Amino acid sequence: MADAAIHGDAHEDERGFFTRWFMSTNHKDIGILYLFTAGILGFISVAFTVYMRMELMEPGVQYMCLEGARMFASEAETCTPNGHLWNVLITYHGVLMMFFVVIPALFGGFGNYFMPLQIGAPDMAFPRLNNLSYWMFVAGASLGVASMLAPGGNGQAGSGVGWVMYAPLSTSETGMSMDLAIFAVHLSGASSILGAINMITTFLNMRAPGMTLHKVPLFAWSIFVTAWLILLALPVLAGAITMLLTDRNFGTTFFQPEGGGDPILYQHILWFFGHPEVYIIVIPGFGIISHIIATFSRKPIFGYLPMVYAMVAIGVLGFVVWAHHMYTVGMSLTQQSYFMLATMVIAVPTGVKIFSWIATMWGGSVEFKTPMLWAFGFLFLFTLGGVTGIVLSQAGVDRVYHDTYYVVAHFHYVMSLGAVFSIFAGIYFYLPKMSGRMYPEWAGKLHFWAMFIGANLTFFPQHFLGRQGMPRRYIDYPEAFAYWNYVSSWGAFLSFASFLFFIGVLVWTLTKGKRVTENNPWNEYADTLEWTLPSPPPEHTFETLPKQSDWDKQHSH
Amino acid sequence: MAHAKNHDYHILPPSIWPLMGGLGAFIMLFGAVIWMHGSGPYMFLIGLAAVLYVMFAWWAEVVAESNVGDHTPVVRIGLRYGFIMFIMSEVMFFAAWFWSFFKHTIYPMSEYAGTSYVEPSFYQVDAFHLPLINTLVLLCSGMAVTWAHHALVHENNRKDLEHGLLLAVVLGILFTGLQAYEYWYLLVQQDWTFGGDKFFSNFFMATGFHGFHVIIGTIFLFVCYMRARAGHFTPEKHVGFEAAAWYWHFVDVVWLFLFFAVYIWGI
Repeated sequence: MADAAIHGDAHEDERGFFTRWFMSTNHKDIGILYLFTAGILGFISVAFTVYMRMELMEPGVQYMCLEGARMFASEAETCTPNGHLWNVLITYHGVLMMFFVVIPALFGGFGNYFMPLQIGAPDMAFPRLNNLSYWMFVAGASLGVASMLAPGGNGQAGSGVGWVMYAPLSTSETGMSMDLAIFAVHLSGASSILGAINMITTFLNMRAPGMTLHKVPLFAWSIFVTAWLILLALPVLAGAITMLLTDRNFGTTFFQPEGGGDPILYQHILWFFGHPEVYIIVIPGFGIISHIIATFSRKPIFGYLPMVYAMVAIGVLGFVVWAHHMYTVGMSLTQQSYFMLATMVIAVPTGVKIFSWIATMWGGSVEFKTPMLWAFGFLFLFTLGGVTGIVLSQAGVDRVYHDTYYVVAHFHYVMSLGAVFSIFAGIYFYLPKMSGRMYPEWAGKLHFWAMFIGANLTFFPQHFLGRQGMPRRYIDYPEAFAYWNYVSSWGAFLSFASFLFFIGVLVWTLTKGKRVTENNPWNEYADTLEWTLPSPPPEHTFETLPKQSDWDKQHSH
Repeated sequence: MAHAKNHDYHILPPSIWPLMGGLGAFIMLFGAVIWMHGSGPYMFLIGLAAVLYVMFAWWAEVVAESNVGDHTPVVRIGLRYGFIMFIMSEVMFFAAWFWSFFKHTIYPMSEYAGTSYVEPSFYQVDAFHLPLINTLVLLCSGMAVTWAHHALVHENNRKDLEHGLLLAVVLGILFTGLQAYEYWYLLVQQDWTFGGDKFFSNFFMATGFHGFHVIIGTIFLFVCYMRARAGHFTPEKHVGFEAAAWYWHFVDVVWLFLFFAVYIWGI
């Protein structure tokens, strides 16, 4: 644990290790726990993709053999393709990333640590409940890992059903693995819902004196909007996967056609949750990026109020577009037209955000410190992913692209590159604040460029593969797709190398990094309340609530 | 606490319950899975016991904190916000079950081209028979809670507070009993089954989850009853009771939707 490293400072802290990290009621410590746990699970999840990219590097199956998974290709031994292993890896990559990495890192980690600080609250509204969220997340992640190792379909370990767990595949997958995965998602959902209740209450009830809603920093707003999406979307998922569970184990027929059930119903309910989910993942990133861009452009954020209401609008619209994930299931043209139009409307508030970020930089004195590089990368990649999203929102075009690598490229641009870049941006931006130590600037920049090039190399060619017609979720492909798959795999290896490098940077910074003595290592445009505190902040912050002059730097909106 | 605290928010000391709760949930759900796959229920029961114990101990602590005055007015507002949002999430949970019910009722698979599925015929429940009585029982229970609430808020009448709560609890138990009788009647005396057809799935899971919430709400009200007898709650300060009342009304409203949609219109 990062105990000594992060809080080696001399401020009085009489708690023992167990008390501090296992019985915590402190939002900053819980935030750090979230970040580390999400990081470990993220590493597992990324490791899967490296193995998958190894397999996809060349046509034919060289590594995932029924004779045993290999690390080195061998000409001498025969290799019978093990499709189940492949399916298991894509499933757990998705499940871990969606439920156990990105939400815990952005919402649980940064949200916990910085939302209360930004609004000048001494802690969360329900500090004990906050820790329950964390431990339920750990319990859910443990069930998820157990599910991967438990007996599953095809006489092997794990479930190969995809993270969406579509019926009837998920209702016919044998073994206890699938049931463990369902409960893992249940627990993760309960954890997120409790966290969301906590965040909303904190936001509504504990803002510093004078901080009216239109003066709350954008990151705190982003967490508030995200919390509403979690609160209203995740219980619906809980209902859907409970139906899966009873269909599997108790003979109900929600999704079984022989009993009058309908597998398409599962897709509808799942995506009613699933589309808000993608905004749950990315909106906290919007908040972090806003602060970074303002800070390193030395300008207040352009269009604060439109930025706030764009997030609200994205959140609201996110609930009414779900069926664009399922254009090909046989919906009527009327329905397809509606979902197409509604989906395109989301481009408007998203455009408001993108252009406001650009306008913030316009005429500013832009300084390319590491966090700003990541924010820039986010802006470029998220815009690119957003543009392919507009392409995919067209029901007619989607006929061609559905379930191809074009879709894989699209959602990795918005999530793996958008959300993950915002996580890294946040880590570099806030590392001096959280740890009291500064990362080496050259290392941060090297990490950024390696990951930026690597990620683009991985995912940009996948657009071409999708256009050529390569379907997603396959272990093998014909010769015709070989070239861009080869390129894509090298990109994945480079990204992974950059991740390993990042771990090194992190360890070095936490143990040997230069001490940060000032409260605000950046500049006066990092003007939210967390920058008025020492680095790292003491155990209890804002025991005397901040005065309005501490944070209210701008005229009223 | 060594630090000076110059605000009204509630800063808590470290607590073991969240860790225990997470551990209990893991054991319970892992145990549920191995139980479903043929092992005994023991692991599940151990986990369940742990979860229930954590709930009891944790909430007992909350009540104790309330009694020593940690729940300042601003903390009470927060607790109310929190509980309202918990109910909102519960509403969305029921949205999934109603979604399934409406889909299967308005667009049954038997009307799809190319299907061989035929709607089965089974015993039809008369909505204006036992279900109507049950509706009235639950609504009366809700009224009893309101009576108790008014007694507390307007005249601090402890006797009526206790009587109202007790009546609500008794009627809640009666509702559960009648619902159990209905299940027994349909499953044992008539030709209904739990699974096998989407109608039974929807009926039993939706009313079953509602019934589960009735049981939770009844326990919640019973706890309030015991607390009222112990002298807790004042006309100004009774968040726990308020939360129980809101929860009970939420359970009422879900039932009304079930009654109109499933019993009157659906069957």
